Amino acid sequence: MTTQPGEKRSRFDPEPMPRRDFLGLAALGTMIAAFVVSLFGMLKLPKAAVSASPSKKYKVLLPDALPEGEAFIPPGRNVAIYRDGEGVYALSTVCTHLGCIVKANAKGFECPCHGSGFAKDGAVTKGPAPTALPWLKVTGGAGVYTIDEDSHVKAGTKV
Amino acid sequence: MDEAKRSALNEFWINLKTAPGQIYRAMFRGGAPVSDRTRSSFVFGNVFLHLHSVRTHLWSLKWSTTMGLGIITTAAFLITLVTGILLMFYYKPYPDVAYQSIKDIHFIVPTGRFMRNIHRWAANVMVVAVILHMARAFYTASYRKPREFNWFIGWGLLVTTLALSFTGYLLPWDQLAYWAITIGANIAQSPREITDAMGITEYFDIGGLQREILLGSEIVGEESLIRFYLLHVMILPLVLSMLMAVHFWRIRKDGGLAKPKNVDELVAADPKQHYPVFTEQPQKTYQLAAVVKGKTPAVGSGPENTVPSMPHLFYAELGVLMFTVLICFFLAFVSDAPLKELANPLVPENPAKAPWYFLGLQEIVSFSAFMGGIGIPMLCWIGLGLIPFLDKETEGTGEWFGGPGGAKLVGWSALYGFATSIAVEAFAIRFGWLREWFPDIPQLVITFVNPGTVITVLYAAFSIWVLRRFNSTRAGALALFTCFLAGFIVLTVIGTHFRGPNWDFFWSPSHWPGH
Repeated sequence: MTTQPGEKRSRFDPEPMPRRDFLGLAALGTMIAAFVVSLFGMLKLPKAAVSASPSKKYKVLLPDALPEGEAFIPPGRNVAIYRDGEGVYALSTVCTHLGCIVKANAKGFECPCHGSGFAKDGAVTKGPAPTALPWLKVTGGAGVYTIDEDSHVKAGTKV
Repeated sequence: MDEAKRSALNEFWINLKTAPGQIYRAMFRGGAPVSDRTRSSFVFGNVFLHLHSVRTHLWSLKWSTTMGLGIITTAAFLITLVTGILLMFYYKPYPDVAYQSIKDIHFIVPTGRFMRNIHRWAANVMVVAVILHMARAFYTASYRKPREFNWFIGWGLLVTTLALSFTGYLLPWDQLAYWAITIGANIAQSPREITDAMGITEYFDIGGLQREILLGSEIVGEESLIRFYLLHVMILPLVLSMLMAVHFWRIRKDGGLAKPKNVDELVAADPKQHYPVFTEQPQKTYQLAAVVKGKTPAVGSGPENTVPSMPHLFYAELGVLMFTVLICFFLAFVSDAPLKELANPLVPENPAKAPWYFLGLQEIVSFSAFMGGIGIPMLCWIGLGLIPFLDKETEGTGEWFGGPGGAKLVGWSALYGFATSIAVEAFAIRFGWLREWFPDIPQLVITFVNPGTVITVLYAAFSIWVLRRFNSTRAGALALFTCFLAGFIVLTVIGTHFRGPNWDFFWSPSHWPGH
């Protein structure tokens, strides 16, 4: 549809869009839409639906002779398990600052990477760590306990 | 019929005999580069060389203009590229075998150890050179119009260089590598310090997402190593190469290197060094209408004080390249690239230290993961990028420290930068910080008020004072940049030399307790 020269149109009847312009705009629009949709699709790519990581829930056989106040660290795990008169409890030994493994000492825990210090109950005493070491959920009894690293419990919870 | 056949065969025979000469002529279209004219057309017609302009200003060839730092950076990149490709033949990007394959490269592969050493040293040279090159561009105010965009590209190149280094030292999968990934990924997760304090992590966990995308998993393992490997050998080198191409091309398009206003008086001393190209000054000034905007540099005045890029500039560049190769070879001969014990997810090294260029960062990260690892670096990074848009003065472009008085200002700023960072660090080391005095202080306070942020605020305050004192944005920029450079040096030295087990302060590594 092309307008003839000299043809008058009212403002309510504007000149129709030339066919080439329409096709061009349509092509541009489809391209942008396709680009946006595929971009959103690709954004999901770096994050797998299931990620390969070992189970954070495991059973531990606590030695009978574990002295009160001394940490038991199950082989291959970043957890310190304690037994005292009131029961058994476990603290994560992953520093809440940047993920280094803290070392148990007489006063509590110390981090080798940036100098954070934690008390026996996990509370921050020194350095940059933003939060206390979490207490982990412990279930079971009679020497066999199940630790769940993904479930945190209130500090002071013992079984 | 028979004759035509014979002559075609004959022609084929002649063509075959003359083929080498034809190939040579096809390669060098303008003929062999023997005269200035053919050298010019050689530069112009060669895909690799035509990033250079055909003629180079004598000022650009002066040693003190650039000190060759850009070319050193490029040369170091080329050396890492070549040695990196060689290392890829034997390196296996998988946790169980990565460490063994590095050992193989080190002990079994002929020249493997040497290649790895060169790769590592060239990477170090590249980091040093890229920082110095940035400082050179800043102190000669080469970021000014029309070169603002190229400063921006250089800004990207600096970050890409550091990212290449970081992803590189993760690959051997030794203790350094493992704990560097762990700490790096947790820095990416550190916005949680803020979201946790606000109690919104459950709904908006940008930190956790960043960490997971970086690691490809919840834990540091095979997925992480493959991701970092791919970044190191494919994505980042491609990004770097593209940025480099733009960087070089823009140098030419922006009219070569920055020059002082009175450059002609400065270089015209020796008439033997150059000769007029246009023997008569053109009478008319005209524009190449609709082709380029404005006057072209070579129209209206002869391209005086320039020499053909070939051979003058190319010899200078080759010289710097060979100098860089020599340095890398020397360092590779005298010092082996380190390889620590196999990665152990249960026991970090004590102290777990990053390579030297990240130890300044590690020092401020030891006050707060978020402010040290993301907040302050982002501030510096954004500030650096914005320099050309915040300082639009024109005085002193192309001159070291912006002319008379500049060197003095830089000296005082350096003194202030060193003094404040040393004082704040000494105070924090001697008397501790807020947590030791007020054990119940909220974490957000420590995040935002720590030695790192205090130093940053002191620097900013000084820079604003200088800006007002001299009524000049350039003076403020000189002060701030110099302070941050001084702070970077102080923090790096403290992190490198004075920090020991548990990140405690020691006067010397020989005082470290045994463990």
